Amino acid sequence: MLIRPKEGILDPQGQAVERALPALGFDGVQNVHVGRLIELDVDDASKVPQMCERLLANPLIEDYEVVELNGKDSS
Amino acid sequence: MKFGVVRFPGSCDEVDALMACRRFADADLLWHGDRDLSGVDAVVVPGGFSYGDYLRVGAIARFSPLMESVIEFARDGGPVLGICNGFQVLCEAGLLPGALLPNDSLRFVCRQVDVVVENPGTPFTRACEEDDVLSIPVKHTTGRYYAPPGTLPEGQVVLRYAPGQNPNGSMGDVAGVCNEDGNVMGLMPHPEHAVDPLTGSADGGRLFESLAMVPA
Repeated sequence: MLIRPKEGILDPQGQAVERALPALGFDGVQNVHVGRLIELDVDDASKVPQMCERLLANPLIEDYEVVELNGKDSS
Repeated sequence: MKFGVVRFPGSCDEVDALMACRRFADADLLWHGDRDLSGVDAVVVPGGFSYGDYLRVGAIARFSPLMESVIEFARDGGPVLGICNGFQVLCEAGLLPGALLPNDSLRFVCRQVDVVVENPGTPFTRACEEDDVLSIPVKHTTGRYYAPPGTLPEGQVVLRYAPGQNPNGSMGDVAGVCNEDGNVMGLMPHPEHAVDPLTGSADGGRLFESLAMVPA
């Protein structure tokens, strides 16, 4: 699950990173947002959106995206 | 009249909250793993870092056995006050509108602030008058209040930071809100740390005094 701050909500963490990059010479960077990544193994992937709605994300302030990595060994 | 103060693993302000309540009425601690509210007349969800605040502030505490009973108590009209982390828990539980985000400064803030009473008509502010200014400390990293457009009617703003004193970037300087029925309130400042002039202000006691005025 990729969880991001909802568009339009102030993201001071993203802004701080955006300001730091030019200081290292990386110019031309815009729209930096910092979110989180949750990885899990699950028997029934159809339940994942419900997990996001109820616990893993707060839909008032965050958007989430479910990315399925079928059969990929994460180790 | 008896207060119940919730203790989660990771709570840290529950004893101050208990002492603040006891200035005005009886009070006992309630353990997060229990389901029984022991017949209390009002519940205080205190500050701290419930369940380590892992994942998101207040997100996991909201599913504790005791919180299920607190949610039921609130839905039946029982008064519930959430302070700081308790405010975050009540938002996550859907008892209050909105959510708390990291401070715009990305820094921990710890200082005395003035908050203005916008709505003295709640069980938490009935000992106050409109526009009363209360001096209460804040101490948090995740206190920027946000409610999606159209989800926070003006009447549900109970407290606002005085002009120029917003410590965290909260929208509209909102410091404390209540639910539609007015029986659930949350605020980021810590009234339980401001109940004795010895520590700078006793203004926070007005909230506990208000609650104690609720007929038992």
